[in-house]
Order: sequence, then C-alpha cells, then structure tokens
Amino acid sequence: MEKKIRVLIAKPGLDGHDRGAKVVARALRDAGMEVIYTGLHQTAPMIVETAVQEDVDVIGLSLLSGAHMTLFKDVTKLLKEKGMSDVLVLGGGIIPEEDTPALKKAGICGVFGPGTPCEDIVRFIKKNVKK
Amino acid sequence: MSDLTSRILKGDPRSVAKLITIAENNSSELADEMRVIHRHSGKAYVIGITGVMGSGKSTLIYELARAYRKQGKKVGIIAIDPTSPFTGGALLGDRVRMTDLTMDDGVFIRSMGTRGMLGGLASAVYDAVEILDASGKDVVIVETVGVGQAEVDVVKIADTTLVVLVPGLGDSIQTIKAGIMEIADIFVVNKADRPGIEQITAELESLIDISCIGKDRKIPVVKTIAKDNKGVIELVNEIEKHKEYLKKTKVFVAQRKKRYEAELVEIIRKRLMNFIFDESMFKEKVEKLIDQISKKELDPYTAADEILSKIIK
Repeated sequence: MEKKIRVLIAKPGLDGHDRGAKVVARALRDAGMEVIYTGLHQTAPMIVETAVQEDVDVIGLSLLSGAHMTLFKDVTKLLKEKGMSDVLVLGGGIIPEEDTPALKKAGICGVFGPGTPCEDIVRFIKKNVKK
Repeated sequence: MSDLTSRILKGDPRSVAKLITIAENNSSELADEMRVIHRHSGKAYVIGITGVMGSGKSTLIYELARAYRKQGKKVGIIAIDPTSPFTGGALLGDRVRMTDLTMDDGVFIRSMGTRGMLGGLASAVYDAVEILDASGKDVVIVETVGVGQAEVDVVKIADTTLVVLVPGLGDSIQTIKAGIMEIADIFVVNKADRPGIEQITAELESLIDISCIGKDRKIPVVKTIAKDNKGVIELVNEIEKHKEYLKKTKVFVAQRKKRYEAELVEIIRKRLMNFIFDESMFKEKVEKLIDQISKKELDPYTAADEILSKIIK
C-alpha cells in the first residue's frame, strides 16, 4: 500500500480566523493527503502532542494575529526537544516578508502569505516531506 | 522483542503512533510487531460508537473519555473519517471536539481515514485497537465515520456498540429498517433538548419491545445532551451493565472470537488483494484481462477464474 502524507493543520494562539487554514486543509485533502484539523486556540505543546499521536509528516501553522515570531518558534523548539525535527513545519497567514528569514532560521521551512496558490503549498510539501 | 514493541508496552505514545502508521501503510515489518502485541492485548474494553454525521459522536466521546478519566482509567480513542475514493485524501476533523484531552497523558487519540473500507471502519483499526490495548489503555473507543444505514462493521470490533441518533431524522419506518438499527447494544439519543425527542424515544422503545421478545436483555435508550455533559453518567452506567451482562452470559468470549475472525479475514483480504493487484507479475496479467473484458473478448467470471486458478492450486 502506498504511504500517505499526513498533515496537521493547526491554529496556534488566540486568533479566531480559520478560513485560510480550512482552504489549505481542503486543498491538501484534494491532493491526496490525510489532513488532521484541530480547531482553534492551540498551544505549542498541544500542537506537538497532537503531532506525536497522529504521527504526522507535516505541520502547517496558520496565524493572522501577529504572534507568529513567538508561537511558530515555540512549536519548532518543542519538536526539536522531542527529537522530531524531521517533521516539516510550514507557516501561513499574515506574515510580513521581513520576518521570513528569521522564521526559516527557526525551522519553519516554508512561509506562505496571502494569495499563495494552493498548488504551491502542495508542490512544496511533496518536494520537501521526509519519507 | 523489538525496541518499538517494548516501548509500546511501556505506554510510549510516540511508539504507539509509529506502529499505527505502520499498520495503516501495511508495511512489511507489521506482522513481526503484531505477533508480540497480540500476546499482550485483550485487556482493554472496546466501545464502538456509530451514528449519522453530525449526531454528536465526537462530542459524546469527549465526555465519555472525561468520565473514564475521573475513574482513573486510561483511554484510547480511534476516530475514523472518510477517505475520498477519488483523490485518496481525507480531512480528519474529529479532534476538534476533543481538543481538551490533548494534554492528558492518560488519553491517546488517533484519527484515521477509511482508505477504501466501506463498512464505516478503517482497515488498520483492528491493529490500532490491539496496539492501544497493549500500551495499557483500559478503555478503547472507536468512532466510525458518520454512517448511513448499512455501515455495521463496528460490531465486529466493539464489546459494546452505541448507536447515536438525534431527533428529527424521519418517521417510524426508519427505525424498523435493517442495518444500523439492528446493531445497537445501547441506543443513545443525543441532542435531547431538540424538538422531536418524545417521538424518537417512543419509536425506539416500541422497536426494542418487538426486537427483544424472547431475549434476556432489553436494549436501553439513553438520552444525552453531549455538549452540556448531560446523560453521560447514565450512559457510562449502561455500558458497565452491558459489560457485566456480557461477562455473565459468556457472550463476551463469543464476541471476542468474532472480532479475531474479522481481523483474520481482513488480513487475508489485504494480503490477497496486494498479491493480485500490486505484485508486478500479476498486475500485468490483471490489466490484460481487464482489457479483454472491456473488448468483450472475455467475461469477468472467466477472468476471475483465471486469476484464482493461479493462486489456489
């Protein structure tokens, strides 16, 4: 049986805008992936614990509140502590371009802002996922 | 014993998750791991929950899990959602209702796609139940996909099967149809604050009166409002009573035997299908036969005979 790419789509923090996260979840589903959606208001430990139990290959973090520099980094730091650095972490939402280099340095492999075609995200995951 | 299995027996969530993935992918190392896991499983009580989509199964499971945690029991949850037959993708969203359980280390939740199975379960669910069981969970709850009328496979795996209904689904003819209405050990009528609750409860009671004639157990109907945690204690009590009934009447042993039979059939089915449709030698042959069938040079029955004659000597 072919291996399926499992993706966790999570909304960290207090931001309640999940339309974008749902659109991306749907696009990844249509690309043949198994997408686990957790809902709003997740903390970094919750996201990482869910990633453990669901044994995901990819975590997509969506944030529109401006707290990405703190919350995204909390997730990658925890993953590293748990020895799960092989999980591909992506970020999306309202993220100023000047923040991207720092996020990439912190282990957010791909950053996708508003207007990104969903196919770009699908292609990025298929190319970079560690299997 | 492999490192992975010994970590699972100690309850390590990451190893549990890894082996469930191996089961879902039906990878080659699965059989060796499951040989050991099987010897260490059989202790957990398995509750199956089925019902139409949106009936509140996930919310009910969240409340059930909380009730069992208060009793000090460890809980495993397998939540199944449908895999697209067109793209192979799936959106697994049952965790949304259970998010407060995430940080409880006495709870392990796994979402699964059906990956081609049609009976409301996922093919790897038998393995997943055994793995959670061996990892020390006292209760394993299996949530089926949102079902229609005929997805009844959950009875093969559950010790107690809950069928969740909601008011307003239809008239009395719905309750006397075959299929899902026949598999309940307990009926749960969720969203009991909605209009129509008296009607559905009365219809269920009369269905039960007829179907339980001559039987030593009457199927209970429990009214719940899962989102407000109402009726959950009553439900836990009814599950406990059913468990006592199963143990007292030896039905328990017979049911477990049926579960292993279903598991065995599933393993054989998977292996045979892989052998015929994925193995390179056969694949070409199968494609050629399908070609011939579509050109009307051959009929499907003769083609099936031809394939099977190569396997059954």
